[in-house]
Parts: sequence; structure tokens; C-alpha cells
Amino acid sequence: MSDLSDQIQPEKVTENAAVMEAENPTDQRITAEYPRNGTRFSVGIDLGTTHCVLSYADLDNIDDEAFSPQVMAIPQLTSPGSVEEKQQLPSFLYLAHEAELTEDSTSLPWAAKPDYLVGEIARNLGSKTPIRLVSSAKSWLCHAGVDCKAPILPAEAPDEVKRVSPFLATTAYLQHLRDAWQSLHPQAPLDQQDVVITVPASFDPAARELTVEAARAVGLGQAILLEEPQAALYSWIEKSHGDWRKHAEVGDIILVIDIGGGTTDLSLIAVTEKDGNLELTRVAVGDHILLGGDNMDLALAYTVKAKLENDGKRLEPWQIQALTHSCRDAKEKIFNNFEVDNIPLVVASRGSSLIAGTLRTELTREEVNRVLVEGFLPQVAVGDRPVSGPRTGLRTAGLPYAQDAAITRHLAAFLAKQQGATDELKDINLPEHASFLHPTAVLFNGGVLKAGVLAERLMDVLNSWLRAEQAPEARLLTGADLDLAVARGAAYYGYVRKGKGVRIKGGTAASYYVGIESAMPAVPGMTPEIQALCIAPFGMEEGTQQELPDDEFGLVIGEPVRFRFFASHTRREDKVGARLDYWTDEELDELDEIEITLSEEGRRPGEVVPVHLCAAVTEVGTLELQAVSQKDHGRWKIEFDVRAGN
Amino acid sequence: MNTYAIDLSLKPTTFDLWHVCLAGTVALLSLILIVLLLSVVISRIRCKKKSTIQQTAPTPEPVVKIVEKIVEVEKLVHAPAPEPVVLKEATPDAALQLLGLLQKEARFIDFIKEDIAAFSDADIGVAVRVVHEGCNKAINEHFTLAAVRNEQEGSKITLPQGFDAAAVRLTGNIVGAAPFTGTLVHKGWQVTGIRLPKLTAGHNAAIVAPAEVEL
Repeated sequence: MSDLSDQIQPEKVTENAAVMEAENPTDQRITAEYPRNGTRFSVGIDLGTTHCVLSYADLDNIDDEAFSPQVMAIPQLTSPGSVEEKQQLPSFLYLAHEAELTEDSTSLPWAAKPDYLVGEIARNLGSKTPIRLVSSAKSWLCHAGVDCKAPILPAEAPDEVKRVSPFLATTAYLQHLRDAWQSLHPQAPLDQQDVVITVPASFDPAARELTVEAARAVGLGQAILLEEPQAALYSWIEKSHGDWRKHAEVGDIILVIDIGGGTTDLSLIAVTEKDGNLELTRVAVGDHILLGGDNMDLALAYTVKAKLENDGKRLEPWQIQALTHSCRDAKEKIFNNFEVDNIPLVVASRGSSLIAGTLRTELTREEVNRVLVEGFLPQVAVGDRPVSGPRTGLRTAGLPYAQDAAITRHLAAFLAKQQGATDELKDINLPEHASFLHPTAVLFNGGVLKAGVLAERLMDVLNSWLRAEQAPEARLLTGADLDLAVARGAAYYGYVRKGKGVRIKGGTAASYYVGIESAMPAVPGMTPEIQALCIAPFGMEEGTQQELPDDEFGLVIGEPVRFRFFASHTRREDKVGARLDYWTDEELDELDEIEITLSEEGRRPGEVVPVHLCAAVTEVGTLELQAVSQKDHGRWKIEFDVRAGN
Repeated sequence: MNTYAIDLSLKPTTFDLWHVCLAGTVALLSLILIVLLLSVVISRIRCKKKSTIQQTAPTPEPVVKIVEKIVEVEKLVHAPAPEPVVLKEATPDAALQLLGLLQKEARFIDFIKEDIAAFSDADIGVAVRVVHEGCNKAINEHFTLAAVRNEQEGSKITLPQGFDAAAVRLTGNIVGAAPFTGTLVHKGWQVTGIRLPKLTAGHNAAIVAPAEVEL
């Protein structure tokens, strides 16, 4: 069969292995005991905002057509004293009070007393004691202006509660997954398998770095990163068993829409041709939009609450919580059953008397349509943009949730912003008059889009935009499992990396810049103008590096130097070393500052060393910035996560 | 040279030590012989007619034993399966666990323990939604249920010879021999999979719902 395995050069594969071993010195020792090629499984970990999933496949005896990743049932505490196996591990961490649980009620098959309560039990206990519940740790990882290694979660906890950092919470989820794997596969330690961890395509370099660091903290130094929408597409490719070439054609632009529990992630993947083979290139990713299924359930709960309050009934916080749960179930029933027009909602009393004090109301199809379909997926024009009012109050106290709930408006903005994403690909030709990038195919991911009504509406809106510009309608790529696709795709990617199947070309999802003061005479009262110096171009591939020998900085030994740091999802043409004098807010997003500290080793403190910058994309999938001395070629790492003390 | 002459008419007038020893040995040997022969005879008789011997040697202890044995037999008649011992070990935990699950998901105990006579059907109906939905969730999550017979209820089915009488119960006019033909009244249920939570060592399953105190 004419697969694209020739795309992946064998040198590259061996290079991977070399890099992995060099990065993790302990690997050398392990290698001595168990040969490196003892790797038997490709393990994909979907480290989601609300759920984690682990999928794996045996690498020993597979061929392209028979690759079938399995989803591991993860043993976890569901309530004090009971352990159940579930396919998903809720990404929640509960900081229990010492008097809250009895001695032996929190033991797991692998630990008599785990350090942290994660999974179903955390979500259950936290639903009644929110001040001790850590949730959405992942969203905090890419929240600008927050030190992710500082104990800041739960944000609303009283001082007495010993808080944890978003980084530590992420580590705890990974540790649970690792321990669960270890207990189920004692013969195949996870640190010797090919591990792929997925991250949102919109994760900035610092958040990616933190994810890799968390993996390293639990001994998974060999883990590599993969963007979630790419993983979803890999899963679709894998599920089609080689048939995908019939469903995708040269010139296609696949729009991946991933609406999960807490976030919405958008990516564009172009299908091109090279030497007669189909080639996939991820050409654009969207912003990190904190908007997802949980917002929908909450919106429904508040609609019902308003209805009840109109009838003169006051609701307590726990009742709203219970209402949110029943709204989630009711919504699914209304979406899946077209004959039902209203679902009774019942909030039982908390006391032992069930009948007295039970609150009854109902959720109608009309309400679901109004709140979810019209509220989250309104029929908007492609020229509409998300509404963003001025932010008030303390932003760092909470997550920067999307202000406009209309996903279609976010989509319109994304497609318009990425109009030029395929300019450099000769196989894809956008009409002259196009006002946005025309996708030709759509792949859905995320539990929210299991609802047929929502999926249909999203397609309708997109196709109405396309029709308005005389473009053919986009078709829906079907067959993916919306809940588990990311983990399955990640496991498949481990297999693709062995040189089998088709690989999506990606590289960096943005171009990166540092801010430098321009050389101009100081004007009193004016802050000096800033220039943006491009240090990493768009689409820089894994395992490559770029140096800027012509841009020299004098750094003082022992003193930290900070740079302003920018990313652009649209400026594809900028080469390394390009300097921008002017840019619009839309073009460049400012990220957290980066910091270089030249160590004093072998040098005199206070000495000025001329350095230039060097950017590299590691095989793992993270961006690495270094300062290189012009004199003796000494190298210093530039840190991303310097969010503390900003 | 000494010669020994045998004179049978001669009677010894004195018994020396040797003669006493000789006589003693003879008496001992003949006693042993009698005992051995007696024991062989007794054991033979015992083997053949145990009961006869027991009757011939009626001691009070065996009678008590017989009474005990009868009591045991009566117990067995009441619970014929050999399993109860095993079930006694396993049942309470699993049953308590199921109660706990039903209470957690469906407020099952709350509902059963409530006096519903005081409430109207409408109020009870509202509560039943909670119970039904929760039970449905708990049962589906922890058990896989399948029908025993997949035919339509009310349709005629034929049971071949040697059908599983535990899975299919015959009722009504049971006469003749298999194959039996009859109407499927109830399709039956069987559990094909159980996924009960595992319990930690310190878990007290008897607490099916902990008391809740809000601070």
C-alpha cells in the first residue's frame, strides 16, 4: 500500500532515541538492565481539563490495519472506602481535612495512603466542600501572570487549607495514572514505554514546558507532547483503518473543533500532495478559549433557577449544584430523544425524608434550544466578532473565562484571522473574494458535540458562511469517539513515530518574538519604543534550532535579565532575526516575560558577556531558548516560568 | 560316658528350679495363645455384625452420639445446599454494598423507610423519579443485565429436552415429556457482568449512608 512512511526519515527516528536518552541520564542505567527496544506499548495520555484518559496499544505485533488502542480502566476511589475502575479519571484534587476521613478509607491498590485524593472521590467530596477542591488546574497552567509552581489552588480556600500549585495538581494526576498503569502492568513499567501526552494546541511554550516537567517529576522523562486536535485527527485516521485517503483529498482544509468540558480548541489541518502521497500539515491553531460543556450545564441550571425564583422559591447553593447535575442528564435526554419535549427535574432534599422537601421543576426543549443552541452556537454572520467588554476586578484571582459564550463568534474570528494560513501551500487555493479561510471538512471532538443538535447547528452556521461566499459546503468527518479520541490518537501517534502510517506535520503553532528597546534618543516622559525581534519562526519543526548571531546583547553576570515575550499565530512570513517596529494587538499576543540569569561559574560577577539568542524546538515538542556566549560559546537556558513576582 | 535312661514310671519327688521355670513358661504361653485366639474371634464377630456387638456391649456414650447425629441430619434437611458457610462470609458485605450504592445514587433507603401514606400520589411520583433514575444508574453501572430468553413475550416457544430448569421455569399444565411448548410469559433476567466497587480494609460497609453534618 502507498502509505506515507517514507516521509519519516530513518535518521530522524534514531535521532529521537538519542535525544531521549541524552535528556534522561537515568535512562542509561535502565537501558543496561532492560534493552531500550524492550518498549512494548505505545501509551497515550489525554490530560484533560475535566478528565484524564489513558489509552495504550501493543507495539510488538501490529500492522497498519490492525492497530487497536485500548482504553485503560483506571482504578480510583469513588467514595471513602470504595475503589472502582473507570475509563476516565476526573481531573480533580481534594485536600481533605485530617478529621474528615477514617484511617484506611483512602487506600488504593498501590498505596495504603495516597498523598492526594484525585479522581471521582475528589469530585464527589468537592461538590459538597468546594473550598477544598482543586479543579481546572490545566487552565491555570497557561494563565498568564500566575506562578504555576506557587500554591494558589483552590483559589477560594481559607488560609488554613494547605494549598497546592497547578503544577503539583498536574503531577498528581500523572502520578495516579502512572501508578494505576504500574499496578495493572507490573511487567511493563510506564517509564519504559513510549508515552505521548496531549496538550491543547493553544498551550504557550511555558505551559508545554510545565507539562513536560510534571511528566519528568513522576519519572516519565521520555514522554513527548502532541496537540489535542492533532490527536483527534490521528484517532480518526486510525479508526478509518487506512480508508481515510478516500475521505480526504488534496486541497482539503480540515477544521478540528474540540469542545471539551472546560475549553474550546480550534485547529486547521491542510491536506496537500507530495510525490504522489497525501500529506497533512497543521497550519493554524486558535486561542485558548475557556468555554465548554460545564458552562452549558451551568447556564441551564441558572435558567431553571430563575424560573423557580419567579415562583417564589429560593434556592440554596447545594440545590444549584444538584440542579446542574440534573440539567446535564436532562440535556442529554432531550438531545438524544426527539420525542421528549420536557424532562422533569427533581432536586431531592438533603435530609432523610425524600418526599417532603423535594423540589420539582422541568426543563423544556425550548429552554435547551434557547440557552444552549442560541446562546452558545448562535446563527451569526462571519463578520461577527466575540464581544469583549473591559475586564473588571482582579483577573489573577480567577481564570480568564471567555466573556462571550458564543462559540460560533469565536469560530468566525478564528477563521477570519487565519485567512492567510494556507497562502504558502500551492495545493490550496482560496478564492479572491474570500473573507475567511474556507474549511472543506470538519472533524469534531469533545463530549459536548455528541449532542446531534449542537453538532448540526455548528455545521449549519459554518455552511451558511461558506454558501454566502459561493464556496462548497464543508463535510463532516465521522467515526471518531468524541470522548476517548484524543487518548486513542495519542497512542496511535506513538505508533506513527515508529515510522508507520501518516504523520501530521506541525512544528511550532506560532512565531515567537522578544521585545527589545529600539535604539533611539530618549524622550522625556516617553517609554522607549519596543521592537519585536523574531527568535523562532512559525512551523519550526521538532528537533531543529535557529540562532541569531547578528543580534547581540550584553548581559551582566549574576543579574537576571528579563525580556518581554510575544507570540503570533498569524505572522507566518517572519524569518528569524526579523525586527518588527509596528504591529497590531491582533497580530502579536504578549506572553509572560522570560528571564536569563548568567551563572557566575568561572566568571567574575559584574562582567558583561556578549550573547546571542538561540531557539530550538525539542523532540519532546517544547520550545527551548538559550543565550549563547559570543566569546566562548557557553550556553545558558532561558526560563519561561518566571511568573512569580511579576 | 553318661547315658540317659527313660523310665516313665518314675515320679519326681522334688521340683527343682528348672522344673518350676519350665512349668511357668508353659502356663504363660498357653495364656497368650488363648488371648490371641479370643481376640481374633471377637474381631471377626464385630466385623460381621457391628450392631450386634454394640447391643451386646451397651455403653451409655454411643447412645448420646446417635442422638447428636440425628440432630445434624435434621439441620441438613432444613438447608440442603452446602454453600451457606461460604455465603455467610461473603453476603453481608456485598449486600450492604449494594444497599449503599442504591442509597447513594437513588436515595433508596430514604424512600423505603419513609411513610408514604401521608403523601399524595403526585408527591410520591416526584420522589419516585429520583429513585427510579438513581436505581437505573446504579444498576446499569454495576451490573450487566440481559434477558434469559430473547423471544417476544407472549410468543410460543419450545423447550428441548434437557433445557436448563434453573433458567426457565415451567408453570401451569406441566404434563408429558420434553420438548415442551408454551407461551413465554416473562423473558427473565440474568446478570452477565458484575462490577462492584472494591472495598478498602478499613471500610465499614454497614454504614450505608453516613450522617451528614454541614459546618
